[in-house]
Amino acid sequence: MSPLFAKVWMRNCRVWRKYMTASLIGNLGQPLLFLGAMGFGLRGEITDIGGLTYLQFIAPGLVTSAVMYSAAFETTYGSYTRLSTQRTFEAILMTLLTPRDLALGEITWGATKGIISGLVMFAVFPLFGIMPAATSVFLFPVLFLEGMAFASLGLMMTSLARNYEFFNYFTSLFITPLFLFSGIFFPLENLTPWIQSVMKTLPLAHVVETSRVLCYGGSMGDVLFGVTVTAFHAAAFTWIATLLLRRRLIT
Amino acid sequence: MAEEIVQPAPVIEVKGLTKRFGDRVAVDSLDFSLYHGECMGLLGPNGAGKTTTIAILLGLVQKSAGQVRIFGQGYPSDLWKVKKRIGVAPQMDNLDPDLTVIENLLTYASYFDISRRTARVRAEELLEFFALSLRQSEVIQNLSGGMRRRLLIARALINSPDLLILDEPTIGLDPQARHLIWERITTLKGQGTTILLTSHYMEEVERLAGRVMVMESGRRVAEGDPQELVHQRIGQEVYEVMSVEDELTHLAAILDSCSADYERLSDRILIYVRRPCPELEALALSHSYVMKRPTNLEDLFLRLTGRTLREDR
Repeated sequence: MSPLFAKVWMRNCRVWRKYMTASLIGNLGQPLLFLGAMGFGLRGEITDIGGLTYLQFIAPGLVTSAVMYSAAFETTYGSYTRLSTQRTFEAILMTLLTPRDLALGEITWGATKGIISGLVMFAVFPLFGIMPAATSVFLFPVLFLEGMAFASLGLMMTSLARNYEFFNYFTSLFITPLFLFSGIFFPLENLTPWIQSVMKTLPLAHVVETSRVLCYGGSMGDVLFGVTVTAFHAAAFTWIATLLLRRRLIT
Repeated sequence: MAEEIVQPAPVIEVKGLTKRFGDRVAVDSLDFSLYHGECMGLLGPNGAGKTTTIAILLGLVQKSAGQVRIFGQGYPSDLWKVKKRIGVAPQMDNLDPDLTVIENLLTYASYFDISRRTARVRAEELLEFFALSLRQSEVIQNLSGGMRRRLLIARALINSPDLLILDEPTIGLDPQARHLIWERITTLKGQGTTILLTSHYMEEVERLAGRVMVMESGRRVAEGDPQELVHQRIGQEVYEVMSVEDELTHLAAILDSCSADYERLSDRILIYVRRPCPELEALALSHSYVMKRPTNLEDLFLRLTGRTLREDR
């Protein structure tokens, strides 16, 4: 028998399978369009960055952004619907599951959705003429940790939210700035040093850098450091999200 | 020689249970027990603390003070062991709208760590019992109110619970749907299921519960066999006199002078009669609109919990 939190994961997976196509298009539309529009649109306008064409440069980062968006949206809009209108969380807590099982189930599911989006993005690289290095198989665990971190952040928001509008703060003030300033579209070094430092403490920048190294080669020391930071983010945020969800559900 | 009565440990034992939400006291030093094989009705107006009490039993709300033991288990340290044996049909429908009828039961079974094979057998039995077999692949949105309620109770039975908690099991249903549910609950009672039932419908409680506890403002205000309780507290019969204001005031004055048990409403007076009383009968019958009827649980309920609609409800 699987652990109890996995029951929540399986429930969500069962529902997702029914609406898989719509869900994937929703999660992948944006990063794919960015890759096409920026990669091809700016081709020739921008000189190579560190030996990579602009398309090559932005592609790994867009994979990580697909993970971020999918994971964070699942545990905000998705989880909040299950918490509020559908009362699914309430029904689940009348069974053997504790708020911790529920939180872990939601977070691992959010991370899974993140990974699925990331891997689909990665799989279409050859269509854009991008051939990543063999080390890119290690993307899988990295993207999973990233998914855990963003799914946990989303679940924290859900635990605090009183309506859907609340998530605007999260997406506009946190997710979108991360998307634009984490080194996906231009090297992080182009930013003022203090902004660089801020971005490096936040979850996305290290994953972007790590993914780029895994796709095209580079310092494995940087990869190790990036993975460590991301693992720390994932663990810390999961812990906080679990506490917040428990506080929300048990009065 | 007096027979020795061996009282088995109660299924639920609550002592001095108190829950405060800020300044508001939702449950106030509540004591009660529920015994094996019993169906107890929990009555009370909205806001009396019934649902909060149930939520505390399930560990969804943390108590401020008092003791709760379920199946003799301490609480909340053994919550997991306790919840394995409880089935709940909540007042607010929380069926999973993303899943079909059968998927709802199977998924819920998985939350109790029941194997897929056992769950399927049990789910099919329950759908049969609640006349939902033909609907098993339907999405929840397509079910009628009565079907949803039946499914909610079926779901509560998926873990073959030793204690079934039904919070307003027939709220908002038409008479046919209510009767079907009552029949099924009666069958479950016959099989020895221990049931804790809350309801606003006195008829439902009179029909199903062997014992009632009336709650008001988080406290227990009465408890016992429903029929006995009604007779003890307000007598066997009631005269309902309907008249104009002046006449009612006059009648009230007479009733006051002979210290009769009565209740004044805006358009009528209810006179409760404990034993045959010709004088009272004559007095009541002197009015043109009068009805003599047996007292019922609703009379008692309204006497105990008041008739006014309060703002905080």
